[in-house]
Amino acid sequence: MKQTKLAAALLDPDSPLPARFAIHRNTVFHSLMAALEAGFPVTRRLVGADFFAETARIFLRQHPPRSPVLMLYGVDFPSFLQGFAPAQSLPYLPDLAALEQALRESYHAADLPAITAEAFAKLTPVQSLRLSPALRLVRSDWPIWAIWTAKGEGPLPPVDGTDVVILRPGFDPLPHPLPCGGGVFLASLLEGQSLGQALSDTPTTFNLTAVLTLLLRGNGVVCGA
Amino acid sequence: MLPPRPGVGFKPQHFQDLLDEPGPVAWLEIHAENYMGAGGRPLAQLRHLAERFPISVHGVGLSIGGEAGLDPDHLARLKALCDWVQPASFSEHLAWSSHAGVWFNDLLPLPYTGETLIRVAAHISHAQDLLGRRMLLENPSSYMTFPESDWPEVEFLREICRRAGCGLLLDVNNVQVSATNLGFDAMAYLAAYPIDLAEEIHLGGHRAEVDADGATVLVDSHGAPVAERVWQLYADVLRHGPRPTLIEWDNDVPEWATLCAEADRAGGMLEGS
Repeated sequence: MKQTKLAAALLDPDSPLPARFAIHRNTVFHSLMAALEAGFPVTRRLVGADFFAETARIFLRQHPPRSPVLMLYGVDFPSFLQGFAPAQSLPYLPDLAALEQALRESYHAADLPAITAEAFAKLTPVQSLRLSPALRLVRSDWPIWAIWTAKGEGPLPPVDGTDVVILRPGFDPLPHPLPCGGGVFLASLLEGQSLGQALSDTPTTFNLTAVLTLLLRGNGVVCGA
Repeated sequence: MLPPRPGVGFKPQHFQDLLDEPGPVAWLEIHAENYMGAGGRPLAQLRHLAERFPISVHGVGLSIGGEAGLDPDHLARLKALCDWVQPASFSEHLAWSSHAGVWFNDLLPLPYTGETLIRVAAHISHAQDLLGRRMLLENPSSYMTFPESDWPEVEFLREICRRAGCGLLLDVNNVQVSATNLGFDAMAYLAAYPIDLAEEIHLGGHRAEVDADGATVLVDSHGAPVAERVWQLYADVLRHGPRPTLIEWDNDVPEWATLCAEADRAGGMLEGS
């Protein structure tokens, strides 16, 4: 039997198979399901194990992995949820999944030394900041930091803005809520704009000191221009 | 070369225990694909361990038995990893795992024919040339046979080694799983197996299921202690001399002490061999 035929049957539960080959279909399904459960624990908790399993079952057939490196499998899951009709009653769900995906990306991102206080003090407004490869900006219209933090238990912690920055001071990434204007400021920096340009895009109430302090404490700025 | 002593599959939750109390563990095996990120804790841990233990890089992603050529991107990732880890051993599986760009995350079976033999040997030669190192090929755990297969597995493995110049990794648990599922004699398999080509041994746990026809099926779960029957087969294999021996426990990973006890048992048998 040619691999094309077997491969097609692996992702299709209704496709006939040699009896024992179904053991492999079962393993494929369960191992990919386990990868998605490990990648999106809070999303799963919020929708419940059964709903998540049903959703993931459909997702993994439509978007099977394209690489044997599974640590980031699920990059399409947030956009899949966006168009997944049964999840429309939870409009924040795609952004919450995007936050979880970004946490994993941050965990596996390259290690670069943080900028020194001396080098940082010498920066001028015409310069751009080199942000850490482990920094992730997740922009949302929903309080996803609070939703992620509460994990379905108790009231949501209060929060000013809805954008989130993920920082990894050591090996463990942590999401932080950004104050109003923080999202647009970091988005400009990530595009390579200078500090001055990035600042000009922010509202007058923007607290630059608070955001810079957050970035420096979280090793969000690295050495080099 | 790995030392002819016990090793374990490294799990991140055992990192500190391993450094504090390695016990009988003389070397470590990692799954290559778990260390192909850009940085962070996994690579930092591996860097630390590679300075202290011989490392075996065990790939699950090359799809050696695939109908198409090897994925050049994956080979490049593997080369980058091997180049910095400088493993004492590199091994892969007689299986396929991807097809037409889709990755199935399972070790899928292939028929043993003249055609697949030529293809597998060519894939191994290609990988060995590119990586600049020899590969050990692991025997699969099987649940089914293909009607078109006309080579016994042991002869297929032996001939691949002859053509590609690779070595073998003998997974004793896989022999027991396949023997039960396909109805052959594990001892006869081992008697015919080219043990002189085997440079490493795997011992792992399986679980028993009953299929729709009421037959017992052993599933290579790597989620349990090594079965007594597998220890017996292992003792028989050791009559040919000690080999580096891995305790493989990938799912429902136990406490460090439990894993160490398994490694200790293998170590005792290795010392007596």
